[in-house]
Amino acid sequence: MNETLLAGLYVFVLAAFLGYQVISRVPPLLHTPLMSATNAISGISLIGSIVTAGAKYNTVSTVLGVIAVTAATINVVSGFILTDRMLKMFKREKGPEKK
Amino acid sequence: MSTQTLFIEGTYFVASVLFILSLKGLSHPDTARRGMFLAEFGMLIAIVGTLLHRDIVSYEWVIVGLLVGSTIGVWLGVWVPMTAMPQRTALSHAFGGLAAALVGVSEFLRHGEHLGTFKVTALGFEVLLGGITFTGSLVAFAKLQELVKGAPIVYPGQNVGNFLLFGSAFVIFIALVLSPAHTILFYAMCALALLFGVLLVLPIGAADMPVVIALLNSYAGLASAATGFALGNNVLIIAGTLDGGSGFILSILMCKAMNRSITNVLFGAFGSGTGGEAAAGAEGVMREVSLEDVATQLAYARKVVFVPGYGMATAQAQNAVRELATHLESRGVEVKYAIHPVAGRMPGHMNVLLAEANVPYSQLYELEQINPEMPTTDVAVVIGANDVVNPEARDNPKSPIAGMPIIEVDRAKSVVVLKRGRGKGFSGLENPLFFKPVTGLLFGDAKGSLTRLAAVVGEL
Repeated sequence: MNETLLAGLYVFVLAAFLGYQVISRVPPLLHTPLMSATNAISGISLIGSIVTAGAKYNTVSTVLGVIAVTAATINVVSGFILTDRMLKMFKREKGPEKK
Repeated sequence: MSTQTLFIEGTYFVASVLFILSLKGLSHPDTARRGMFLAEFGMLIAIVGTLLHRDIVSYEWVIVGLLVGSTIGVWLGVWVPMTAMPQRTALSHAFGGLAAALVGVSEFLRHGEHLGTFKVTALGFEVLLGGITFTGSLVAFAKLQELVKGAPIVYPGQNVGNFLLFGSAFVIFIALVLSPAHTILFYAMCALALLFGVLLVLPIGAADMPVVIALLNSYAGLASAATGFALGNNVLIIAGTLDGGSGFILSILMCKAMNRSITNVLFGAFGSGTGGEAAAGAEGVMREVSLEDVATQLAYARKVVFVPGYGMATAQAQNAVRELATHLESRGVEVKYAIHPVAGRMPGHMNVLLAEANVPYSQLYELEQINPEMPTTDVAVVIGANDVVNPEARDNPKSPIAGMPIIEVDRAKSVVVLKRGRGKGFSGLENPLFFKPVTGLLFGDAKGSLTRLAAVVGEL
């Protein structure tokens, strides 16, 4: 067992506990935005893809990396836009339509 | 540690903190939007930090990927209608799984047999989960988009076959960890993961999609977390774990809302006509009511509860519901909406549709909140929902949906069910609610019926 693994496991377990606490407080009302938000956030795998795409390790790596960058970017961009579109719609009281 | 590395790690650290804060913001609609801005900012600085990574020697392809991805992303984000959220979510899980799997394959190509046990294990999880998520989500997408039929696709020996397939993928995984030099094992594992993803989701019916989507969400997140382990990157581990955890929590909640276990959802092929006994008293006469009668009944009620289901989404009836509710409220009728956790095709689906139709969220009630109010409700209006209001779940312990928590509309003083035809629900079960004396059925397209109801109520 090496140190990276151990450090990674610490982070993993702590993130899992913290995530559980935070996410179980999200009301069912917001479950669709939650899913779309976590989707966008996990698009952070983009940073791994960027290195793969830009590092010129070999041609195949670059091709795979570029596809991965594209896929992850789609998730990040559309995920954040959609989450915001949804959250904008949730209003406490009815009232005159905002212009 | 060089200044550059320090800066990059700094951006990752800040991004991690902002991601967690943004999810904390989602605990209330008032703070949710602000929270998401934090996450967007965190994402931005993490990307900027990454662009300074010393391994990156050429930017043109990175920029091409970012531009193409952003273009498609903006288009999807702006154009996708709220009714299509389930399929768009499935599609984004597919992209997430794909990205993780490709980074994993590329890492394996680069280091091949020189990988240590730990890194091979992480890469293995990454491509295994990424591959399953990719093809599984594509199948889920096809089902939700109705490119393939939503009914479960079953054949004899399915579960045994799937189990053997998964078993062999797992055995190959272990063999690979023990001898990473055999690269063929790696590719065999990729292929099996892709195949398994397809076969896993094919037998699952459209009505069980909330669970499947949540589960694939969880896999996509865990694949990202595994990428983090493989690359030694903490922000990936944290973001992936948050995503994986949220998907896991949601799938548990969805299963609870159907009183079923995850194994049952995945391997039970619900609605394929297996098991369960027909409801006693499911025969009888459906009492059809006229539009005018319903309008009068609603207009002179004190409290009306709307119970939407997937049928409301397919009929695009959310605005018509809202219109009717406005007329009722102007007459002093108290209007509430009862949302079952598995109504629709993904968690929270109904809430989003109603919010889009400008229904204030203070009128949206959860199952536990609304059931005690049912006996004092004058009219419960069921719009395209079936199983979530089926009293069989409560009354018949032998029913396939026994024990599933339901919205107890049959305890209301009267019930109006908007239905397209006399057919059964997605689960194929008879619903005794339709035959109860308290229930009146209003046949026709939900949107048309509601619009006309609104017009009649408005004139009263």
